Amino acid sequence: MIKIKNIKKAFGTLHALREICLEIQRGDFWIIVGPNGAGKTTLLKIIATLSKPSAGAIEIDAMDPLKHRLQARKQIGFIGHQSFLYPNLSAAENLLFYARMYGLKNYDQIVTSRLEQVGLTDRRDDLVRNFSRGMQQRLTIARALLSDPSVILLDEPFSGLDQQGIDLFAQLFSSLISPERIIIMTTHNLRLGWEMASHYAILSRGRLAKSGCCDATNFESFQSDYRTLTRELN
Amino acid sequence: MTLSPILTIAWKDVLSEFRSRETLSAMLIFCLIVVVIFNFVFEPGSEIVREMIGGILWVAITFAGILGLNRSFIYEVDQGCLLGLLLCPVDPHVIYYGKMLGNLLFMLILEIIILPLMVVFFNLNIFHILLPLWVILFLGTLGFSAVGTLLSAISVNTRAREILLPVLLFPIAIPILLAAVKSTSQLINSGQFTETLAWIKILAGFDIIFLVLSGLLFEYVVED
Repeated sequence: MIKIKNIKKAFGTLHALREICLEIQRGDFWIIVGPNGAGKTTLLKIIATLSKPSAGAIEIDAMDPLKHRLQARKQIGFIGHQSFLYPNLSAAENLLFYARMYGLKNYDQIVTSRLEQVGLTDRRDDLVRNFSRGMQQRLTIARALLSDPSVILLDEPFSGLDQQGIDLFAQLFSSLISPERIIIMTTHNLRLGWEMASHYAILSRGRLAKSGCCDATNFESFQSDYRTLTRELN
Repeated sequence: MTLSPILTIAWKDVLSEFRSRETLSAMLIFCLIVVVIFNFVFEPGSEIVREMIGGILWVAITFAGILGLNRSFIYEVDQGCLLGLLLCPVDPHVIYYGKMLGNLLFMLILEIIILPLMVVFFNLNIFHILLPLWVILFLGTLGFSAVGTLLSAISVNTRAREILLPVLLFPIAIPILLAAVKSTSQLINSGQFTETLAWIKILAGFDIIFLVLSGLLFEYVVED
């Protein structure tokens, strides 16, 4: 379970996050939506231990990830709009590099199985610089899944993808849902996010405007809430 | 601190460079140009060359080294790979030492190529002092890449990153450069290793200071 308790984050006089409180259970798929600058990426970075909150606390399975960063990072898989891949290394070399950095045992086996999972076995020795955006994104997913993380953070993973790519990734991300795993995704694609998620959180100007369960309402009222709340707070 | 992730990062940098040959070739060409220009200015084998050779060698190495140091983190930031590295379950100083080792290797490869060329261009007789000369080259390069790697990480997120790195690096690296130039010149002129010992001790001392301090400060440089 992830507990976010009164998280605040300020960059000088700019308040990126203000008193965010959330409880996320295992098996949940959360979407965090909001306009640009609402604080979505900042919140994900704090959960990923890449950024320290100015105030408040966060717990992952009753552990403070900021105090036990290395332990927490082993549990976290992060997919952003950048690939984190080295263009002059092959697909297998990229995964091998990250597998060694994660200190994984049997990394050759793990790399082979992850490449298989994302359908890149035939291209394992091709340099990433020759990959299409879609193939890079598939390899990014394989990279994020190397350590079989129990928390997966997706930061606008559909940006820059064509419709075919979006459909493929939506399918791939949905297949990652398991009772042992937490998935948190930021997105601007309200409809697609809504279809994939079990819970939602609407952020506006760093505040948690509304959160809830997707089953308890329909998409139209969620969309209407989103429009009203982001307009009100802006 | 474990050695394996440090070597993994250095391996990745060397392999990437082997594939692209972007950085090393640029460093080598720059180094060659410097050596050729100085070769036109000074009479090969003359007394003045023996006095100036330490300076010429380190001008070539450090300015070419700046090219490599500049690329070092640009390459990481362009694809968001630095974020990927920071997400790995390793301490930030492990990332620093891995990057530093990669930069050190590139500069040492450059020196292996450029030193024989300097011997030919400037008609030098340094075979009897090769071992102590390599000790000086190694220590000077280690200190330069230690502080250079940290400053490269600082400058990479600024708009004028190519300009900022040398502006920051050279003033801070003065103790290293001074000791390296002085000890190289003394060694080539006198041929006596013992005469350069004081400078070599200074070099080694600053290497330790820069290596430890840079490793400790790196976390604050990359932290959001």
